[in-house]
Amino acid sequence: MTGRSITVRTYAWVLLALLLLTAATLLLSFVPLGMFHMPVALLIAAAKTVLILLYFMHVIEQRYTIRVVLLVAVLLLGSLIVLTVADTATRDVPFHPPAPE
Amino acid sequence: MPTTHHVAHFEDLAKQGHAARLGMWLFLGSEALLFSGLFTLYAAYRNEYTSDFAAGAQLTNLPLGTIMTAVLLVSSFFMAFALATARQERSRVSIAALATTFLLGIVFLGLKATEYTMHFRDGIFPGAYYTGPLGERHGVVLFFTLYYIMTGLHALHVIGGLVLVGWLARRTRRGDFGEAWSTPLELGGLYWHFVDIIWLFLWPLFYLLR
Amino acid sequence: MTTTASPRPPAPAHVETKNYLNAETTFRSWATTTDHKRIGVLFLAGVTLSAMLGGTFALLLRLELLTPEADVMTAMTYNRLFTLHGVVMVWLFMIPAIPGAFGNFMVPLMIGARDVAFPRLNLASFYFYLSGALLVIAGAIAGGADTGWTFYPPYSAQTPTALVPVLAGVFVLGISSTMTGLNFIVTIHTLRTAGMTWWRLPLFVWAIYATSIILVLATPVLGLSLLLVAIDHAFALGVFNPAHGGDPILYQHLFWFYSHPAVYIMILPAMGVISEVVPAFSRKNVFSYRGIVIASVGIALVGFLTWGHHMFTSGMSAFDSGAFGVLSMFVAIFSAIKVFTWVGTLYRGRITLSTPLLYFFGFLFLFAFGGMTGVALASTSLDVHWHDTYFIVAHFHFIMVGGTMMGFMAGLHFWFPKMFGRLYSQRLSAVVALLAISGFILTFTPQFLLGNAGMPRRYHTYPAEYQPLNIISTIGSWAIGAGLLIGLLYLLVALWRGKPAGSNPWNLLGLEWSISSPPPPHNFEEPPKVWQEPYDYWRARND
Repeated sequence: MTGRSITVRTYAWVLLALLLLTAATLLLSFVPLGMFHMPVALLIAAAKTVLILLYFMHVIEQRYTIRVVLLVAVLLLGSLIVLTVADTATRDVPFHPPAPE
Repeated sequence: MPTTHHVAHFEDLAKQGHAARLGMWLFLGSEALLFSGLFTLYAAYRNEYTSDFAAGAQLTNLPLGTIMTAVLLVSSFFMAFALATARQERSRVSIAALATTFLLGIVFLGLKATEYTMHFRDGIFPGAYYTGPLGERHGVVLFFTLYYIMTGLHALHVIGGLVLVGWLARRTRRGDFGEAWSTPLELGGLYWHFVDIIWLFLWPLFYLLR
Repeated sequence: MTTTASPRPPAPAHVETKNYLNAETTFRSWATTTDHKRIGVLFLAGVTLSAMLGGTFALLLRLELLTPEADVMTAMTYNRLFTLHGVVMVWLFMIPAIPGAFGNFMVPLMIGARDVAFPRLNLASFYFYLSGALLVIAGAIAGGADTGWTFYPPYSAQTPTALVPVLAGVFVLGISSTMTGLNFIVTIHTLRTAGMTWWRLPLFVWAIYATSIILVLATPVLGLSLLLVAIDHAFALGVFNPAHGGDPILYQHLFWFYSHPAVYIMILPAMGVISEVVPAFSRKNVFSYRGIVIASVGIALVGFLTWGHHMFTSGMSAFDSGAFGVLSMFVAIFSAIKVFTWVGTLYRGRITLSTPLLYFFGFLFLFAFGGMTGVALASTSLDVHWHDTYFIVAHFHFIMVGGTMMGFMAGLHFWFPKMFGRLYSQRLSAVVALLAISGFILTFTPQFLLGNAGMPRRYHTYPAEYQPLNIISTIGSWAIGAGLLIGLLYLLVALWRGKPAGSNPWNLLGLEWSISSPPPPHNFEEPPKVWQEPYDYWRARND
């Protein structure tokens, strides 16, 4: 069911973009961003993921069903992470074991 | 060699292909959820031990980790290239591309093994076996326990991927794939790209946190 | 107007030509079968044996609980027994039973397909089931685990019992689950026959579809949690060990992220059976087809967001407790839609009091009651008192046994004639149904009272004032055991001596009733075409 609209040239451009984004992530890690380091790095990782999904994995030309599978999986793993971290982040008694001896 | 791959209980080859693809995506969905438990643990513990995790990340090998990221990205390119050329009936190019993917996968594993060895030499082991620097800080030890579990599970998936790529190369040599049908190659590619994507998230979590 | 239950007598008994049972009869043909019907029968055999094993553990537990003191077994033995009871009932019976046995057999028939999408994967899923079950049994023989079926750390890392084979078995069973779910989703997407649109699918198929979403996406998280516990048990990695800075509550988050949706894996297929049985024996269309569909998928998806209600007293934050409490209440809305729809279907229908419908009445009362106690438990302030008491035990047994087991029995009695081409004794089966339902009520209702009065779970001794209710509960367990055993016997007898069932003993609409009983090896001669809505009895009125 895949069309032949993704050419090898597209793949090459995507690879270039991926490598550039990797370099960007690396460079940004040396910039003082404080608490934004992780979100920025993960956002760029997500962007790279989207490129791989759309082009290397052909999602851009796939049927709707595939996107639904992706979406549901992502939403569920998102809710696992969010609700669990919300627990540790909102405890009255912070979870720190006794100071090391 | 069979002239058609159409199986009796499917309406036609197109539907069969869609079924195979859907099955693979569902499998990848389940694999994503498998890793998500570990990402959850990482997120929760990082929240608790923020400075310890930052300290731990200083002890990982950033250059190696970055090279490994690039290696996997390039291998993904060659995997996609292998599929495209197989569909263009250029099977010799396709085999070469698969071989390149395979080699890059070996390189990745080699770098990982090197990294592990370097850590072992510094006494950085998981859990109760940790004897490396800053070992009295629970968060540092947890950082590396998660590091070994997550990169270890990922490496196991890479090994599985290599077996897959080797098998696909053999089938390509036998002339199984062409313009009409290349489903296993396509599905194998999906798996390989997925393994690459997991690493794209492991890299910032364990190497870039500063 | 009701008529007593009697499937209409078959037309002159046909000598059935080749069907899926007699086409080939060698051991090899069964061991290497890729026929979804045979695989369904294999699962049926496996889950029946597993239910007997898990039930035996339960009877032993209840025996000890006849008296306040420890007189039959030590505390350690008791702990191993309740752990194994939980593990076997959940993973060897409840989760695989309806999907593996009836899902496999009926779904392709209901959608007009020749088989499932990946028949060899289907066979593999059975062998993973078998291997996992054998591993668990090996673990049981080696003494079993004493951690409870929930394997909470830090104790699970320290226990001297044979944890690893049990964990390995469950892990392997999880792989079987995932394969089954994947196969069903792809089958339902790609193998529906001409005219079988999504909105014409039988509700059992929708139920299996919703269940399969959970099977595929939730099970891996269990696999990971068990892997971590096993590694921690073997190697002291301390991921959840407070002595190493770990947080045991994080394990509970991961475990229950799977295990709460798991209870929907257990109940959704049973609800699917009910959604077939009720319109069949009211001879009436379902009150709201779309309602059931939306509720089924809604339960599957929203059920993923409620796991924290198992953790209200664990040390989880108040914020999360509140969030999970509210989310848990939402899920109940979908179940309520279903209960009202089934009752609305019965209303002004032409009721036949068949045995499957009797099991539905048991289901209706027990599931509704159990479900309502679930809504009460979703309230943190109430759960604080009931958690880890027999109130919880009663709640989940009402849903699991009163819901899933009744659904399983209803399905078994509904589809037995189709699967094996034989009829069973209607009168005896009705008596057994009543015995099982009464036995159930006797076993588990006292447990609500015991829990509310403060009796904790997972103890082999208790204060003397709890004894009378415990005695009633144990007697009830004997009634359930007796009933189910008799049930097994008359079904086995029917396999050999039952009257031929004919292709449509209940005189119903649906593709599965249009072929012979037992069905031919390839199901349909020609791919059928569908133009009718399901359960369209009003229009069909072929009586």
